[in-house]
Amino acid sequence: MSSDVVVPYVDPERRLRRQRRGRRNSLVASASTILFFGVATAVITSTAGWPVVQEAFFSPEYFALAWPSVLEALLINVKIFVAAEVFILILGMLLALTRLSKAPALMPLRIVGTVYTDVFRGTPTLLVVLLLGFGVPALNLQGVPTDPLVWGTVALVLSYTAYVAEVFRSGIASIHPSQRAAARSLGLTGLQTNRYVVLPQAVRRVIPPLLNDFVSLQKDTALVSVLGPIEALRAAQIIVYGKFNYTPYIVAALLFIALTIPLARFTDWLTARQERERSMGTR
Amino acid sequence: MRRLPVPFASVTLLALGALTLAACGQASNSASSSSAAPASSSAAASETASASASASASTDPCSKESLATLTAGTLTVGTDTPAYPPYFVDDKPSNGQGFESAVAYAVADSLGFAQGDVTWVVVPFDKAFAPGAKDFDFDINQVSITDDRKKAVDLSEGYYTVNQAVVALSGSKGAAATTIADLQGLKLGAQVGTTSLDYVTNVVKPTEKPFVFNSTNDAKSALNNKQIDAIVVDLPTAYYITAAEIENSAIVGQFKSDTAGGEDFGLVLAKGSALTECVNGAIASLKSSGELQKIQDKWLSEVTKAPYFS
Repeated sequence: MSSDVVVPYVDPERRLRRQRRGRRNSLVASASTILFFGVATAVITSTAGWPVVQEAFFSPEYFALAWPSVLEALLINVKIFVAAEVFILILGMLLALTRLSKAPALMPLRIVGTVYTDVFRGTPTLLVVLLLGFGVPALNLQGVPTDPLVWGTVALVLSYTAYVAEVFRSGIASIHPSQRAAARSLGLTGLQTNRYVVLPQAVRRVIPPLLNDFVSLQKDTALVSVLGPIEALRAAQIIVYGKFNYTPYIVAALLFIALTIPLARFTDWLTARQERERSMGTR
Repeated sequence: MRRLPVPFASVTLLALGALTLAACGQASNSASSSSAAPASSSAAASETASASASASASTDPCSKESLATLTAGTLTVGTDTPAYPPYFVDDKPSNGQGFESAVAYAVADSLGFAQGDVTWVVVPFDKAFAPGAKDFDFDINQVSITDDRKKAVDLSEGYYTVNQAVVALSGSKGAAATTIADLQGLKLGAQVGTTSLDYVTNVVKPTEKPFVFNSTNDAKSALNNKQIDAIVVDLPTAYYITAAEIENSAIVGQFKSDTAGGEDFGLVLAKGSALTECVNGAIASLKSSGELQKIQDKWLSEVTKAPYFS
């Protein structure tokens, strides 16, 4: 075998027709895109209110003013996000496996897991952040850290583990029981089945919905601002309140969006690769 | 079988959608500008009315009848909630107790509004002096007069000169500070959008980034939890915090004002409001008659002298 890409045979006339159609499609797509965005831009910028909107939200002067401090403050969001994500993945998987296990001895853990999921999916994340960020340090317990960043991250981890555990649970449950049966007939134990057959498939299956939750987490790191640390949103807010121009909020928004793009493109690539491997060259 | 040229259909739909949104934007723009127009035209009308009144010298332009308040015959005053002592008492601005409540009623009385003619509305602190239409005639909420804020709203003459002060828990790292250099090593906290935060950023310049909170309440919580070493608030608020709110806290010191003539609290009015001149006149007359000083002595006499930071 020279390569592992299978190229099916296509009759030359049909290939030519397909190529022509492909070129026509791209022409139509480009033309309609240019037409649509051209018309939209012309209409929006010609309205009476546009100069005022542009000055208040898209002013280049305040953009340049806000950029350095918001970018520097974004580091805090990134730190929170990275730390939280690791714990959420691990704890979410453990919670999902606990809730799906059938062992009778684990019943109390299953109950705890169900209650935990209900409580933390039902409580607004901001409330959890305030409760843990201000409430726990107020207890003045020995050896308990008071750093707001720590408790903000813990609050985010608790909130998002509930969602991610449910995503994992649905992924695992969606694996057809024939997979388990086949694994059993091969002589694999329960643990081995999970480790080699079920979990690899389940995790691959739920990567797109997991990405949704992690993009949401990246944005929710802004909630930690209520506890005091100057992260990106708060840095933008300080300038907005001082100068009464709202462009810094747009700066913060753009930076948050930029943060999520690498993860989104990586997931696209991952799913495309999976589909390529699965369909074996027919798509 | 040939497929319909779908792109054209979706382009048309999307273009229609964009046009609709732009039209809505224009409509709401003209709606908001037309709602602003009556306010400015009533301001213009009251100005011409007052001009003609002073020309004819028969009616006082600052009397209750000629003032262009939001609701005729009623003075709408804004403040935030919770309304703290010593500026307000029991979070009820309408009871006339507390320094700012008393000043508001004194100004209203000077303009001809009895206590019953004054209604209070809740206005978040930051919204009061942000640009935009206002739902109050004036707002009284410990708003310091700064040039940046004057660009967005009208600020009256000052009714109280204030200094910023530092509060820390007794016996903590922050409590021992006597100079600005001592403060630089501390974790400081302040409310966002306040001149207190400006003092931290511009005067103290701490080595560690300050903690910025949505409200003074959050800053107080953080101080109580020992998450920060000290908070910066105005002196009367600092007095109230140490006297009544946080046990074992103390005023560490106060800053010498960094604005010429001192930092003043002013009443906030909408930009270009027709009431500004009359309100300034009311404050001037309260100052000259000694009424303002009496109110200050009654509610702020216990504000102790705190040591100045060097």
